[in-house]
Amino acid sequence: MKRIFSVLVENRSGVLWKVAGLFSRRGFNIDSLAVGETEDTAVSNMTIVSSGTPQVLEQIEKQLNKKLDVIKVKTFEEGQAVSRELMLIKVKYSKTNRREIMEICEVMKAEIVDMSKTMMILQICDTPEKIQLMIGMLGQISIVEVARTGTLALQKCREQEG
Amino acid sequence: MIGADALVKCLEEEGVTHVFGYPGVAICPFYDSILQSDIRTVLVRTEQSAAHAASGLARITGKPGVCAVTSGPGATNLITGIATAFADSIPLICITGQVVSDLIGSDVFQEADITGACESFVKYSYLVKDAADIPRIMKEAFYIANTGRKGPVLIDVPYDIQKEALRSFEYPEEVHLRTYKPTVKGNALQIKKVVKELEKAKRPLVIAGGGVHLCDATKELRSWVEEYNIPVVSTMMGLGAMPTEHPLYFGMVGNNGAPYANRAMKEADLVILIGARVADRAVNQSEVITKNTVLVHIDVDPAEIGKNAGPNIPIVGDAKSIINDIQEYEIDGEYDAWLSDLGKYRQTMIPKRVTNPEYVDPAEFIRYLSEEMDEDAIYVADVGQNQIWSCAYHIVKKGRFMTTGGMGTMGYSMPAAMGVKLAAPDKQVIAVCGDGSFQMSMCELATMRQHNVPVKIIVLKNNYLGMVRQHQHFAYKDAYSVVDLSGSPDLEFIAKAYGMKFSRVENMDSYKEAVKDFLKEDESYLMECVIDPMDLV
Repeated sequence: MKRIFSVLVENRSGVLWKVAGLFSRRGFNIDSLAVGETEDTAVSNMTIVSSGTPQVLEQIEKQLNKKLDVIKVKTFEEGQAVSRELMLIKVKYSKTNRREIMEICEVMKAEIVDMSKTMMILQICDTPEKIQLMIGMLGQISIVEVARTGTLALQKCREQEG
Repeated sequence: MIGADALVKCLEEEGVTHVFGYPGVAICPFYDSILQSDIRTVLVRTEQSAAHAASGLARITGKPGVCAVTSGPGATNLITGIATAFADSIPLICITGQVVSDLIGSDVFQEADITGACESFVKYSYLVKDAADIPRIMKEAFYIANTGRKGPVLIDVPYDIQKEALRSFEYPEEVHLRTYKPTVKGNALQIKKVVKELEKAKRPLVIAGGGVHLCDATKELRSWVEEYNIPVVSTMMGLGAMPTEHPLYFGMVGNNGAPYANRAMKEADLVILIGARVADRAVNQSEVITKNTVLVHIDVDPAEIGKNAGPNIPIVGDAKSIINDIQEYEIDGEYDAWLSDLGKYRQTMIPKRVTNPEYVDPAEFIRYLSEEMDEDAIYVADVGQNQIWSCAYHIVKKGRFMTTGGMGTMGYSMPAAMGVKLAAPDKQVIAVCGDGSFQMSMCELATMRQHNVPVKIIVLKNNYLGMVRQHQHFAYKDAYSVVDLSGSPDLEFIAKAYGMKFSRVENMDSYKEAVKDFLKEDESYLMECVIDPMDLV
């Protein structure tokens, strides 16, 4: 079972590793982790995607809440959240496949953000599934390197009201 | 005023009486400032003992114990003590010196990332970056250590911060921690549910854990179970929550517990866990208390609830407050048949011991010792076979029984007993250890002598690491590997070297007189009991 944890933490040194350390120490999975400041510079938001049995997921929430640097833990299933991930992907191209890459970009709503005679960097911001799909398609051509932000997620507005 | 003065002032504000520690250059400003204070400093002989001594003091006073050591090896030596306190939920304030702020990270002499190293077994830690923060940090540290689920808090103070001048000193009245608000009061609806279950139940059972001691709820627990005739068993950390010979008390549960206590746990139709975490050694199969049983779990730490066993009725909060709230209700329950069954089990399910008449029988010895001890004596058991015998045969009357049930750190008993004795000088304090655990903390005999702390020490000597030997006996068909303690010193000479009284009991012929003599003395006393190396718990 997959679950998204949106964790507000004090923006202090060492907090990231305290939280990451908790996951490794207790053998919890981290599928992805993204950290950034919030509108309040003293507070950071960590989006952690994890998977495990319902009991493990409950323990993750409780153990996170126990950390004194954790202000608030929100947790939701994938369907209850809007999830996005940003990926930069560098591919090698030639005359023969350039057209194909452009078509993939068009279909996937990706952008070319940098280019040389032999390589280009594409940018895509979409759901984690689409990102995976994009990697799959470009993988058959020639990926040089990939950088991903990890999933960012916020609970859907309607879910929060309800 | 400099940072070091501020640290000491904060300790005074918190009413700290003793600091256990070991200095080094990086903590010297602190130890210089403390010369101006009435706080008593105790120089232990290795840093681990500082944490154990502070733990003993904390357990008897209910206030955090304080230790202060230097950077690098001083700090890393403290780690086992910190981890022990964490596993046993004992409140400690651990102050470590650190190298100069600007040098942190450059691997200078005696530098260790102690806040990093301890992260997974401190309740919280601070690396002080500005001396002006010291009053706030210390106030928070004491609050965090001794509220909610108690535990150690580490404060790492670089040398330059200890020397940094403070413009003013004001000790905060309150703490402001937006992320930390432990629940004290139990949910009223949940409490009502417990009352209802108690009325339905035929065979209710309370399992008392270490949390009962930590929130000082023994009185409340006793008065409540006495009012409604509810039987009680305990975990190792909960021993002493009820007097051993109380008619409603039915022993310690667990794989080293009493058979009748485990049977009670199996047969109960309502189990009320209070301040216990369903750890593997107490309940090796959590199904025992969830199958066909209504499980109520009362704990101050929400993460413990549901971690090892899924309760039907979880209640988060302070056990004392929750017991008080439950006691508000009249309970219409009738458990006489159950109590009479349990009474029968207690009388008939006594484990048979095979004893060797050529040696001291630890069971008989401990039983006699505890009968002869002062009613309010404090018995500190070490780790190993000695611990299991102590748990099984020591009779708690009005005193306390202490041991490290969570971490199981060998060498705990002597330094912990020292902390207890310093905090409660009028009480009889006895440390019981094996010859392995004794030798782990033997250096502390000097501390006891230097600071005039007359702890009584009993060494159950079998020339083996008995618990491991026993495991190798069963699991490895007597292939004994690295458990022989040959080469151990003659304890009579050790006692003499440290100026202690000494006696040796070699068999059951004259042990009674020896015990009486041992307990009569006010001085520190070392007693050796020679036990059968092949004895099993």
